[in-house]
Amino acid sequence: MGELQLKDLYTGFRDPEVIQGYAKLIEEEAKKLSSPINIMEVCGGHTHTIMKYGLQQLLPENINFLHGPGCPVCIMPKERIDHAYILAMQEDVILVTLGDMIKVPGSKGSLQDARAQGADVRFVYSPLDTLKIAKENPEKKIIFFAIGFETTTPMSAALLDVVVKQNISNILFHINHVTVPEAMELLLADDECKIDAFLGPSHVSVISGSQIYDKFPSEYKKPVVVGGFEPVDVMESISMIVRQFAQKRCELEVQYKRAVNTEGNLKAQTLNENYFEKAPHFRFRGLGDIPNGGLKLRDEYSAYNAEVLYEELLKSELIDDHKLCICGDILKGKATPPQCSIFGTACKPSTPMGSCMVSSEGACAAYYKYGNLL
Amino acid sequence: MNKQITLAMGNGGEENNELISKVFYKAFANEILEKSEDAAVIHNGELAFSTDSFTVSPIFFPGGDIGKLAICGTCNDLAMMGAKPKYLTCSVIIEEGFSLEELEKIVDSMKKELAINNAVIVSGDTKVVPKGSVDKIFINTTGIGEIEQKGVSANKISEDDVILLSRDIGCHGATIFAAREGIELSSNLQSDCASLYVQVEALIKEGINITAMRDATRGGVSAVLNEWAKQSNICIEVQEEKIPVSQEVYGLCEMLGFEAMNLANEGTFILAIPKADAAKAINVLRRFENSANSVEIAQITQEYPAKVILKSGHGTKRFLEMPTGELLPRIC
Repeated sequence: MGELQLKDLYTGFRDPEVIQGYAKLIEEEAKKLSSPINIMEVCGGHTHTIMKYGLQQLLPENINFLHGPGCPVCIMPKERIDHAYILAMQEDVILVTLGDMIKVPGSKGSLQDARAQGADVRFVYSPLDTLKIAKENPEKKIIFFAIGFETTTPMSAALLDVVVKQNISNILFHINHVTVPEAMELLLADDECKIDAFLGPSHVSVISGSQIYDKFPSEYKKPVVVGGFEPVDVMESISMIVRQFAQKRCELEVQYKRAVNTEGNLKAQTLNENYFEKAPHFRFRGLGDIPNGGLKLRDEYSAYNAEVLYEELLKSELIDDHKLCICGDILKGKATPPQCSIFGTACKPSTPMGSCMVSSEGACAAYYKYGNLL
Repeated sequence: MNKQITLAMGNGGEENNELISKVFYKAFANEILEKSEDAAVIHNGELAFSTDSFTVSPIFFPGGDIGKLAICGTCNDLAMMGAKPKYLTCSVIIEEGFSLEELEKIVDSMKKELAINNAVIVSGDTKVVPKGSVDKIFINTTGIGEIEQKGVSANKISEDDVILLSRDIGCHGATIFAAREGIELSSNLQSDCASLYVQVEALIKEGINITAMRDATRGGVSAVLNEWAKQSNICIEVQEEKIPVSQEVYGLCEMLGFEAMNLANEGTFILAIPKADAAKAINVLRRFENSANSVEIAQITQEYPAKVILKSGHGTKRFLEMPTGELLPRIC
């Protein structure tokens, strides 16, 4: 047997014949439906797979996608980005964060703008890379602006674990970790909610297990299929959802069985619990305040908490989006990007007004980037 | 446009184009500049004239260094207009404290690459600036070439042409990104950095009637195809699975969420060739190691003028947009 290549891991999951095979299967099942199904893909990663591979073009007209709030960059409210901006502008601070968080505009500008003004802002691939920056800059305070849903939380916890155990004094944390199920519950509480079923992100459940969605079929009567991100994964997940409706079932199912089980990664969960607890409230951009929707550092680690140490500099005043921006309705699945009056004109990836246009996982960025020929 | 210069404005994509058109073209507008070719065609169409500055970090990378790049870059801009590179100038800005040994290594690379192009440096300038004023060394090269085939232009591509690609894409961008960010890859990934006039000369000698050529540097294949679609007001329909991408580049893209089509190249070029000449052109290109895998990747239509369409193997299609922003890895 030859050496395993990366390509071997995904080629089968992008196979044109398999994708078309699922399209036929879905079409057959969809004929049995009495009404259309609106499927919310909670995660921006799924939105991008759907758009990049043009999957909607392969589906019958009675299967619709609603784009959900599961992008950590999209849901970050302006006041939290302002915190990052203010911290970055402190002379003795290096602000560290992940990927395209640095492009999102707050009320003062983005972290990219702060960098153009002379601030030291860096992005890392893994939070643990922050250790190297701290070691190379002993005279500076390194503030890790932690973002992300369940997927990235254990990486922040792992960094905290090293910092605490090795008593590293120049790394601080600004925690903005959020959780998926609470956001989904908030969407369902809305009277105008159009969601019939959820496509759940597999990477979240690799950490938290599929169990986090138990209540959706039972209490809310909404089926959930936890699916992977390759086009074949998405098509199979859609077929599983459609089949549930055709057979009048309402269940939690896992398509991504190759890495997801009921309990999830218990080691990662323990690490998270050691350092984080539920914040009573976390404001999501566009969605508003979500009870228990975010995490905060446990009080015993306040010495590492930049929000506590820099409290006087960081305002708690809430800042809303530009009034023409409909990111909120897009994140709730109530509107699609082309329905926004500034989509592709005043608001473009090069000059974003709302966060959905900034993030590489945002719905507006996906529509702008991949267009829509249908 | 942002009121301050950001890194995104140098990305070879949308922000970069906006900066160039709203600041430089606005001030310097003239008939030659506005053609937006790889090199200006001057002196009754006999000469091509081009300049480029090189600020790459790290300055030594697998497959090349800043010196090789400084010669390839400018010579390739001339070659893409069907011109034989002849005379170059070289202007160097060096940071105080830079090692003489490294400088000699860079200059030696330049010498070797000049020989490949049969070109000479005829004038130059050297500046040394205080530490911190530049990142190690910046090199500017300007070149003049003799046009061997007249009329090569990105402004006259039509439905009679097809689009060819000389080799697999994204090697330079992926190499530099991995080296800059300290991503350790156990692979043979190296920059495609190479001089292209040898291939162009062979095409001309074989009598291929080249419509347009462009090396896919910053902004990658996406930027070139989009620029061409706009400049010639045509629709370029690309068959996605025909675009060759190496295992190593694909791996890095998968890991970080990049698209190979947006990554920079330094020895990969795109050609618009009349349909009748396409097969012959591919045969000529395949004689060279650097373009042994050249392929036809796209047809020209008028379906969506000024747009590029990517067609998938599973029967869907989407627009391929101009790249925007800085290259940043995905979050999760």
